[in-house]
Amino acid sequence: MALKTEPFVLNMGPVHPSTHGVFRMRTTLDGEVVVDIEPIFGYLHRGVEKLAEQRTYTGIIPLTDRLDYISSMNNNLAYCLAVEKLAGIKVPERAEYLRVIMAELQRIAAFLIAVGAFLNDCGAFFTPFMYMFREREKIVDLLEMVSGQRLTYNYIRVGGVSQDIPEEFLPALRTFVAQMPGFIDEYDRLLMQNEILLARAKGVGILTREQAINCAASGPVLRASGVKWDIRQADPYSIYDRFEFDIPTGTVGDCYDRYRVRVAEMRQSLRIIQQAMTQLPPGPVKAAVPHLIRPPVGEAYAHLEAPKGELGFYLVSDNSIAPYRCHIRPPSLINLTALRDMVRGWKVADLIVIFGSIDITVGEIDR
Amino acid sequence: MTAVLSGKEIARQLTEKFPESIIESGQDYLVVKNESLLAVAAFLKDTPELNFDYLNFITAVDYYHYFEVVYRLSSLEHNHSLVLKTHCADRENPALPSVTGLWQGADFQEREIYDLMGINFEGHPNMKRIFLWEGFAGHPMRKDFR
Repeated sequence: MALKTEPFVLNMGPVHPSTHGVFRMRTTLDGEVVVDIEPIFGYLHRGVEKLAEQRTYTGIIPLTDRLDYISSMNNNLAYCLAVEKLAGIKVPERAEYLRVIMAELQRIAAFLIAVGAFLNDCGAFFTPFMYMFREREKIVDLLEMVSGQRLTYNYIRVGGVSQDIPEEFLPALRTFVAQMPGFIDEYDRLLMQNEILLARAKGVGILTREQAINCAASGPVLRASGVKWDIRQADPYSIYDRFEFDIPTGTVGDCYDRYRVRVAEMRQSLRIIQQAMTQLPPGPVKAAVPHLIRPPVGEAYAHLEAPKGELGFYLVSDNSIAPYRCHIRPPSLINLTALRDMVRGWKVADLIVIFGSIDITVGEIDR
Repeated sequence: MTAVLSGKEIARQLTEKFPESIIESGQDYLVVKNESLLAVAAFLKDTPELNFDYLNFITAVDYYHYFEVVYRLSSLEHNHSLVLKTHCADRENPALPSVTGLWQGADFQEREIYDLMGINFEGHPNMKRIFLWEGFAGHPMRKDFR
């Protein structure tokens, strides 16, 4: 006989180690079972879209760094792609390759955090996280070499990148690309068949294919549900049509699939970096772009495959030096749409795991 | 490459089915009257050769004398996209039908537009502010917000 208790409301967050930032969930529980949740946003709302309306096109790039702050390169790139589309600016070959290398390095770094934080949520407190940080540190060092920054790079600019790579960059990148597969193998050995991880993640928080598409989920969340959809191949931007890589997908759409897809994506990103590294041509790294860009009247939407999913910028220009409207399509926010359906009926401890498997950054949700 | 469907071509198909629903159509967009928005959206989603099953994003732009609400739709099966727009002229109580029944992904985005732009989406299951607190005066993404 199933025992029923009086439902009660438990508030989780906004400051809670498992909420990955300042995010709150109002959960209604029946004993330990989740009956309903309501996500509550806005604790980090800075009004980036409004701020963008008062800045020059170049001046917005630092704002994009602060959206999903663990994948700043991808944010820079998405924004610059939109401005280039709007203003019809062509990017030099070498800059395109550098952009791809940086974007893929950033993807690996973001997946390392995603996987590490997910294992934290599973209860493996900070040990795997520190393993992941060991490798992320190397990527951050590489990105620091080119941009001088360790978190908010502001490296990719409209028309190219801010500066060419220093001469010590390529040897360091080669070492990293050679070593990284060994580290991913190490994670696989430690974790892929780990009994606790399997027990906590397999079959938990299933998101079906239809639900994922209907909720406009994107990135690893969508692919884990079995949809082979990667913007780098479906709608290639920059020079992604020149590289060979696979799109890892899941079969069930549970937490384990989302974890597995992210680990597999790291290997694919390495493949892309390897190809880009060997093809890297000499030449200029920035097109001649005026300081104050005045795109013609019109609108443009550019999107890319960020670590969290489809990150897009929708810009409307009125031929002035600032955009008339700058809308950001935040993958983290839209991926959370499905959370309510995914957690209902699971226990509170599973709620943490399911939430962790979506992988969000609050800076991007609230903007 | 995602094929961009011609707004004019879709407009031709739509005029057969819903006469006088189109305000304007261009190379890659389509502006429909807000009273026919739901019917057009359902047609775009359910017609097998169009099959717009994926709503990339919704946003709104304030042009002072009207709001333009932009829906970017994609089909994962056919890999094509279309921008569907509608206008909302009322500044005091702007309202549009909600598309959450067709695409659940619209949920938080419609709330965001309500919060920051002040457009009420009728039929949304939980129409309230999302980022700002209840009781905040005004809608900050409007151009005349001070």
